[in-house]
Amino acid sequence: MNPMNYLYVSALLFTIGAVGVVVRRNAIVVFMCIELMLNAVNLSFVTFARMNGNLDGQVVAFFTMVVAACEVVVGLAIIVTIYRSHRSASVDDASLLRR
Amino acid sequence: MPESVLFWIMGPLAVIAALGMLLVKKAVHSALLLAWVMITLAFFYIAQGALFLGIVQVVVYTGAVMMLFLFILMLVGVDASDSLTETIRGLRPIAITAAIGFGGLMVSLIGRATLGRESVGLEEANAAGNVQGLAYLLFSTYVFPFEVVSALLITAAIGAMVLAHHQREVPRSTQRDLSEQRFRSGSLATAAGLPGPGVFARHNAVDVPALLPDGTPAPASISETLRSRGDMRDSAQYQLDQIKTEVAEEK
Repeated sequence: MNPMNYLYVSALLFTIGAVGVVVRRNAIVVFMCIELMLNAVNLSFVTFARMNGNLDGQVVAFFTMVVAACEVVVGLAIIVTIYRSHRSASVDDASLLRR
Repeated sequence: MPESVLFWIMGPLAVIAALGMLLVKKAVHSALLLAWVMITLAFFYIAQGALFLGIVQVVVYTGAVMMLFLFILMLVGVDASDSLTETIRGLRPIAITAAIGFGGLMVSLIGRATLGRESVGLEEANAAGNVQGLAYLLFSTYVFPFEVVSALLITAAIGAMVLAHHQREVPRSTQRDLSEQRFRSGSLATAAGLPGPGVFARHNAVDVPALLPDGTPAPASISETLRSRGDMRDSAQYQLDQIKTEVAEEK
């Protein structure tokens, strides 16, 4: 099977994730969409590693996973902090700096 | 051949689940669909010779990260932000148009791009085993990024602790403070504290309200949670017959 097919799936997943970040209002769902985008890019890296016949792509995907884990930990802590002060997990409610 | 069967079954399922993530209302359902997408990606990784990444994907993503997401969802609870109504007018059509444009661009780009040669495959790179190959790269070429990433992990752990730590702005009120507060506010009836639940000598379950001297049940004797859930039982059946008749006569 041509590995190019995986790239199509990756592109579609990335696009869906990007739409989710724009459209959804719940901060946690927005975060999940960011995770989806990171995962989509990881799939591309793994596919490129296979096409090029070396493991560098997989190492990069591995690093992406670690960075994504850090991002989730800090991001969710921020969401919890915002929820404590605003009593809401909506991204629209955290607009204090705009006023 | 088995790989293309796997791809054509799992690929569409992954895309459908990702679309469903956008469309379902509840955040918990979104989380479950995302977990499914991550599992399909793990299948893809293993099918493409990335055995280690496939296992890590299941352990780290569907295991730890999604667990954390669900944990925070339960902590924060579900609220109005789950609704799908758009707050900025015209945002959704614009977003969908932009997405179709971006997706079309990416797909056509991938369709036109060529590697210029046949895809190599990982048989040679994985000859000594996928984990061994990755470990060799990680501890030779990528040893410095690897160390930096460990520093990043520690920073993230400390950052999460600092952010999640909750400092009280006012000291916790003691029993004495609460008692004084009861006397200052509220009536004298509540100054002695709320009555306990149960009907003396007849029934002592926590969901049965106490009976007042005139025979009427006292809802304040039941825990707030039980009251709001509607789990309060009727204590009229535990009234003494004598009180019942007296109350009836008064009326």
